[in-house]
Amino acid sequence: MEAPSAASRDRPSAPRFALDLDRRTLVRIAAVAVLLVLLLVVAPEVLGTDWIFTFTSVAIYSVVALGFSLLYGRVGMISLGQVALLAVGCWIGTRLAYASAMPFPILLLATGAITCLVGVLVGLPALRLSGLYLALITLILAGATTVILGVTDFPNGGGGFIGRSATGSLTTSTPPVRRPEWAESDVGYYRYVVVVAAIMFLLGLVHVAAKPGRAWASIRESEPAALAAGVNITLYKLWAFGLASFMTGVAGCLLAAEIGVPRAITFQTQDSLTLAATAMIGGIFSLWGAIVAGIFNQLLPFLFQAQWGFNANLLTILFGVGLLQVLLTAPGGLADQFPKDMAKLGRLIRQGISRLRGPKG
Amino acid sequence: MIDVKGLTVRFAGVTPIDDMSVVFPAGTCGLIGPNGAGKTTFFNVMSGFVKPAAGTITAFGENLLKMADFRRARWGVRRTFQTEMAIEQLSVFDNVAMIHEHSGAKRSTRRADVLAALEFVGLTASPRARVGVLGARERRLVEVARAVVGSPRVVLLDEPAAGLPDEETSHLSGVIQRIPDDIGAQVILVDHDMSLVSACCQTTAVVDFGKLIASGPTAEVLRNEHVMRAYLGTEAEV
Repeated sequence: MEAPSAASRDRPSAPRFALDLDRRTLVRIAAVAVLLVLLLVVAPEVLGTDWIFTFTSVAIYSVVALGFSLLYGRVGMISLGQVALLAVGCWIGTRLAYASAMPFPILLLATGAITCLVGVLVGLPALRLSGLYLALITLILAGATTVILGVTDFPNGGGGFIGRSATGSLTTSTPPVRRPEWAESDVGYYRYVVVVAAIMFLLGLVHVAAKPGRAWASIRESEPAALAAGVNITLYKLWAFGLASFMTGVAGCLLAAEIGVPRAITFQTQDSLTLAATAMIGGIFSLWGAIVAGIFNQLLPFLFQAQWGFNANLLTILFGVGLLQVLLTAPGGLADQFPKDMAKLGRLIRQGISRLRGPKG
Repeated sequence: MIDVKGLTVRFAGVTPIDDMSVVFPAGTCGLIGPNGAGKTTFFNVMSGFVKPAAGTITAFGENLLKMADFRRARWGVRRTFQTEMAIEQLSVFDNVAMIHEHSGAKRSTRRADVLAALEFVGLTASPRARVGVLGARERRLVEVARAVVGSPRVVLLDEPAAGLPDEETSHLSGVIQRIPDDIGAQVILVDHDMSLVSACCQTTAVVDFGKLIASGPTAEVLRNEHVMRAYLGTEAEV
């Protein structure tokens, strides 16, 4: 931070500023490219099927966490119903998949669009609320979604709006929700999901780095100041709701095709809370935080249960401790804190190897 | 020119602005008065946060009160707040660019306009620096840059020098004095620092208990007996 400010003190020159921006962007693009190659090429080679399935879920829940962090980290609206919205997206995706023969990308877009509409409709009255009240309302809606899903369950190819048939040929063998033709296998579908998730992150990045992101930041800082700056607060809040819901809807459709036969039991009200907690632990101000959140939400339960044989309820305690830590000392979450801590650690190691050796023994 | 006629604001039982009529001529005008006199409420009416019970505000021949709050920025009203409101999460550049985006100014000139505004206020920090890491003085300058970018018509400054040490106030004073000629906007300055008001404002209006008690050339107004009494009465203890 020191060097560029010293340079611009002499002459606040535009070209240097542009160059600076490009170099930083290039580093980021390179990091993302390396990550994508690792995920798309290396991971399927070295990991088993159960790992690949888990990583598919990590990618999907990262997108859901991204929606949460866009709303909370960028606009300052806390929504505790994001997993319920994921269930809604999953329901819509499942229903559309059974009812139509549209190509998978169109199915994703249609699901995203309808979920976006649902999100905006929920967001419309919620715009009048803020802080705790918005959190409560969204949590209540999440509870209501759980109840409704519990009663109606997911479509299984039956008729009517609910698309559920309890009798007939469908009971014995419900065909799973279809996957894209050229990504039928678990590995193929995993790659497909990673690419779609990457596109969702790109969509988020494009918004955050442009006019909407700046308008959101000003709303988050102070609504009166945003108003005085000419920001149409209603429009930009609804935009954020719509974008987060679109992403979550797409994630829901991806999830439907991942698990094939979605069940209401998969989506619990408390999952929305866990998601909020992990998103905050990951870091709501950085897009990387959403990836960390996806890992915490899906990879850790897999490691605890399937790999290490621990009780998965331990995770709830772990997330609670993590959330406390974030709220008390590291509001930027892991995505912000981890690089800082690593830099600090590196400095400590460099400075103090000899000192550590000396007086300790 | 801004013409305020019979402006009255009421909040349940309190009348922070009571039938105020005043003309702010072009250039920089001061608006002074003891705490609670109605200065910030007047700014809030100008920004559209507060709907007056009666009265009109005509700015450059247009009825300002008819305009929706978020459209006033596009029309050309800018303001700063008593507590500084620069956006911590964004860089200096984005902070100013954000105002430009909603001002209706051309997109193609955004970069140049933003950098020009930063140069105008004399900000030495890098445009890339996040505002969250800047000091009080630099944040204040970012706020002023936000207020002057995108060809505003009226710039409302609410205690811009509050909490700044003297040498920084004098830099700010120089910036404010250049706004009418360089930016082409009319300035209304609220501040308790009389040397700043004297240095910047050709004319000054004084309010107390929501009423205008004096207005005219700044030097004359500050010598006015009513003004001295209003100020000494409440401000002497401070």
